[in-house]
Amino acid sequence: MHVEEKMTVETWPAAPEKQTLDAKNKFLGFWLFLGGETVLFASLFATYLALKDSVPRSDMPLAKDLFEIPLVFAMTMILLTSSLTSVYAMYHMKNFNFKKMQVWLGITVILGLAFLGLEIYEFNHYVHEFGHTFTSSAFGSAFYTLVGFHGAHVAFGLLWITTLIIRNSKRGLNLYNAPKYYVASLYWHFIDVVWVFIFTVVYLMGMVG
Amino acid sequence: MKRLAKWRLASLLALLTLVLSACSGQPYLSALQPAGAVAKKQYDLMVFSTIIMIAVIAVVAVIFIIVLVRFRRKDDKIPKQVEGNHAMEIIWTVIPILLVLVLAVPTVSAVFDFADVDAMEKKNEDGSSDALVVNVRANLYWWEFEYPNEKIVTGQELIVPTDEKVYFNLIASDVKHSFWIPAAGGKMDNNTENVNKFWLEFDSKKADPDKLFQGRCAELCGPSHALMDFKVKALPRAEFDQWVTDMQNITEPQQATTDLAQQGQEIFNQSCIGCHAVTPSNGTPADARMAPNLTNFGDRNIIAGYLEHNEENLKNWLSDPETYKPGNKMTGTYGELTPEQLDALTAYLMGLKVQGE
Amino acid sequence: MSTNAQKRGFGATLWDYLTTVDHKKIAHLYLIAGGLFFLIGGLEALFIRIQLLKPNNDFVSAGLFNELLTMHGTTMIFLAAMPLVFAIMNAVMPLQIGARDVAFPFLNSLGFWLFLFGGLFLNLSWFLDAAPNAGWTSYASLSIAQTGHGIDFYALGLQIAGLGTLIGGINFLVTIINMRAPGMTYMRMPMFTWTTFVVSALILFAFPPLTVGLFLMTFDRMFGANFFDAAMGGNTIIWEHFFWIFGHPEVYILILPAFGIFSEIFAIFSRKRLFGYSSMVFATVLIGFLGFMVWAHHMFTTGLGPIANAIFAVATMAIAVPTGIKIFNWLFTMWGGSIRFTTPMLWAVAFIPSFLMGGVTGVMLGSAAQDYQYHDTYFVVAHFHYVIVGGVVFALFAGAHLYWPKMFGTMLNEVLGKITFVLFFVGFHMTFFIQHFLGLWGMPRRVFTYLPGQGFETSNVVSSIGAFLMAAGVIVLLINVIITSVKNEKVGNDPWGDGRTLEWALSSPPPYYNFKQLPLVRGLDAYWIEKMEGKKGMTPAEPLGDIHMPNNSFIPFLISLGLFIAAFGAMYHGDEGNTWGIPVLIFGLLFTLGSMFVRSIKDDHGYHIPKEELIDDNDKGVKA
Repeated sequence: MHVEEKMTVETWPAAPEKQTLDAKNKFLGFWLFLGGETVLFASLFATYLALKDSVPRSDMPLAKDLFEIPLVFAMTMILLTSSLTSVYAMYHMKNFNFKKMQVWLGITVILGLAFLGLEIYEFNHYVHEFGHTFTSSAFGSAFYTLVGFHGAHVAFGLLWITTLIIRNSKRGLNLYNAPKYYVASLYWHFIDVVWVFIFTVVYLMGMVG
Repeated sequence: MKRLAKWRLASLLALLTLVLSACSGQPYLSALQPAGAVAKKQYDLMVFSTIIMIAVIAVVAVIFIIVLVRFRRKDDKIPKQVEGNHAMEIIWTVIPILLVLVLAVPTVSAVFDFADVDAMEKKNEDGSSDALVVNVRANLYWWEFEYPNEKIVTGQELIVPTDEKVYFNLIASDVKHSFWIPAAGGKMDNNTENVNKFWLEFDSKKADPDKLFQGRCAELCGPSHALMDFKVKALPRAEFDQWVTDMQNITEPQQATTDLAQQGQEIFNQSCIGCHAVTPSNGTPADARMAPNLTNFGDRNIIAGYLEHNEENLKNWLSDPETYKPGNKMTGTYGELTPEQLDALTAYLMGLKVQGE
Repeated sequence: MSTNAQKRGFGATLWDYLTTVDHKKIAHLYLIAGGLFFLIGGLEALFIRIQLLKPNNDFVSAGLFNELLTMHGTTMIFLAAMPLVFAIMNAVMPLQIGARDVAFPFLNSLGFWLFLFGGLFLNLSWFLDAAPNAGWTSYASLSIAQTGHGIDFYALGLQIAGLGTLIGGINFLVTIINMRAPGMTYMRMPMFTWTTFVVSALILFAFPPLTVGLFLMTFDRMFGANFFDAAMGGNTIIWEHFFWIFGHPEVYILILPAFGIFSEIFAIFSRKRLFGYSSMVFATVLIGFLGFMVWAHHMFTTGLGPIANAIFAVATMAIAVPTGIKIFNWLFTMWGGSIRFTTPMLWAVAFIPSFLMGGVTGVMLGSAAQDYQYHDTYFVVAHFHYVIVGGVVFALFAGAHLYWPKMFGTMLNEVLGKITFVLFFVGFHMTFFIQHFLGLWGMPRRVFTYLPGQGFETSNVVSSIGAFLMAAGVIVLLINVIITSVKNEKVGNDPWGDGRTLEWALSSPPPYYNFKQLPLVRGLDAYWIEKMEGKKGMTPAEPLGDIHMPNNSFIPFLISLGLFIAAFGAMYHGDEGNTWGIPVLIFGLLFTLGSMFVRSIKDDHGYHIPKEELIDDNDKGVKA
């Protein structure tokens, strides 16, 4: 009944994220929300594919001129690792190990920041080296919108997880905040999966032309 | 029995034709008075589907009326609670499926027929095709008709030969429009980014030289969308060829013949010729053709797409285009015209004829 | 704590509604706001019909006419029909499944305020600049070419309102999946709940494409992007696809709840269980599924090619099958029943022929080869008004009369209700039937005028007179509402006498916690089963205990307000010499984020109604 009740390792349930009705609702609602997000990104992918390499002048850069695999590969690895560290965090949550969970989430945030930093560098590179901007062509608009929407999701995820870490740092785990941690990590995985598609569809397919 | 069924069907058809002809609109404008192969096929499909639909409506109506009459509340008894009836539910699932299939077959076949533009794709060595092709370029709020094989351009009045397939390339130069000649067949959109192709045919028996077919824009394109009409003059092949030759013969702007018209031509050459061409050649690139080609303006049947072709309307239009076509691109591109200038311009424009009297 | 019984001042009531998270009060808010927008949209329709009364009329200018037709369509779909449907869903669905509230009461309130602020933003365009003028479909080449801020109001306003709808959809889905009363299996859910369920799924998958489309338009118009600019490599057909991938499911989002409401009405007033319940469920799900497969039938003339047109034509015609199943099931629900012609039942009965008419023209439109003639003519205008007015609006009137007692505790006057019905029904058919022919005779839709001598005169006069009859019907309804509210004669649990589902087991209106003890559901039409066994109410499924309730919150209002402010910044920042646009945009977004942050870090566990108080309530005669 009282979700903020102090728990111990012994009383901590196996699925702490789904103990109360509110938590079950949150769990299901968030999955559904991710369903809607999937359609949102699918629409952005469709837009990108429709407008890929669609530029007004022949001297403007195309996908095959722009992308460099090493940088994007590093970004992919960083984000994939951050997904793994958030899995560790959830593992420790299930084992009622609050400190370790916080630490792993902290590492997740740092990796996420590194990813964002590289993305900003990447965009900056395209703008200054190639003149490939949001307004230079339909291709540019579609590219920055798709990848930028993902980047904005990453930024929001970082704010969210950081808020959770700080807000709960003093009070430890309970059945009230366990689902909050859980959906935040779900969200982080989702962002990661979207990036895998971006890596494939935008960058790898962009390299082959 | 069979004969009875046939008779019933025939009388139903006759009745339907009667009802439809009683309210079938104007022959130059109505989709219910088809004047070409495409419109005819579409009309037949309409009639066919209407018959199916009336049959469905009849069945529902009978049950509906019985229910409302028989089962009104008379006492406070609780009726038997029925869960459903599988046999009946299967019947009213299967029969609609069959009806849909029956309608789907002619639909699909017609869709492919209307999209068959192979003849215009078959190019001769010089890049022209044997079929008659018209490039329709839609603009805010006027139509340009270019005949790429004949290398001529005209506007606002589409001239086509009767009883043969005429192929169209459709595109828009500013915003999306839609090209529709209801009596000749359904519409197709003029998109801004790609060319759409389709064909129409114009029946010589339905073509009336005094009441030309009406075409219109069918896609909201701005304030004057409602006024973006054009006329279609369908001529026998020989007359059409003559018109083409007459047009092709004009390589230099025609010289005005009267003093007044000459003054008009001078005004025209100062203020109008930047946008309006008076030679039919399609040599200028399409995006430099900013306004309707006026080579055969004097021959036309409408002014500004929808006004009756007379001097008064022309003067009104020239002195205040905004009133007659709100949002048009001509307003404000030239100064105020004095009555004398209007008279001169009118005389000049009305004299722009390519066909001998 | 039993605040519901106390008389309070206006200020306190207003504050209560601004902060409420109770689904029943949010239903009131949706009803009032949606009703208001319905009146505005109706007024716009009247102006359109006055302008078309005679050829070459100059009642409004060509430009203003385009604004009127755009705002009429946009308002009616997004700001009237959707919220009114949401009003009935909110008022009824949680009661029908025996839930205490929806799954996320806070988000429920957020959804409403987002919708309201989005709607306000859109309608402010009338006063601040010019209203959007590219049609409710806002096709890209035209909308990108428009100067002024009209289309910006459209893109940003719908973005905000659409977010609210999406949130509402997720909320209803979770509520129905997780919060059904003990014993209520999926196949025991009332038909209206089923349609709410399917519709919520449609919302979840249909609104994101609209969101993306609106983003692209916003970026193009306000931030220099080139998605729809052919000269820069853009492509306007993308907008058409996104709009209709959203737009077609949207019409099912509107019509399915209408089907649900009529299913309830036919069963109640025929005193008979819904005929073929399982095939009705199947048909609903199938319609929802097919609804996503047919969007391109709005684009038959766009030039997608014969293969696409043929596939979408057949898929579209296929929808006639499940819809036909429904029509026959309703007819056979009445067959053998004991029909009482109350106002809701009149609407339901009139719905069958009206909707059938819209359905058969729908099949004709779906047959692509014919559609080349019908497309963008008054034939289409007639068709979609037959389904949306003859289906959705009839259902909303029927639902309003049926559930008025459940929402407000009073009965609308039956005589006035029937007068409304007759005026509106006659006016509706007068207005729209003749428009089929106008289209076939060559009158395109969205024309601000027409020329004399084309044979359009008489029909347009008939159509306009019909519109005024509909308006008269609505005025009678308003009078009815006022009289009923002033009289304020409270009614009991089951005022129609033949209620079948759980909501009729509760008092009218229900207590703020709905069921004191969750009811035990023993079959379809749970309340009817108990009544037939001579019981007065539902058997409880749990002992009487404390009830957990959510706290009211003002944060949803603030989150929505932030986006409302940000939208102004986004819209005006590109104006020449504008310096405050970007700061206001950032301020608004931070305001929203900040409000979310407060919500996130402030624990809100709600409160409990103690058992003792619930026993007290019993003595006051509130039965549950």
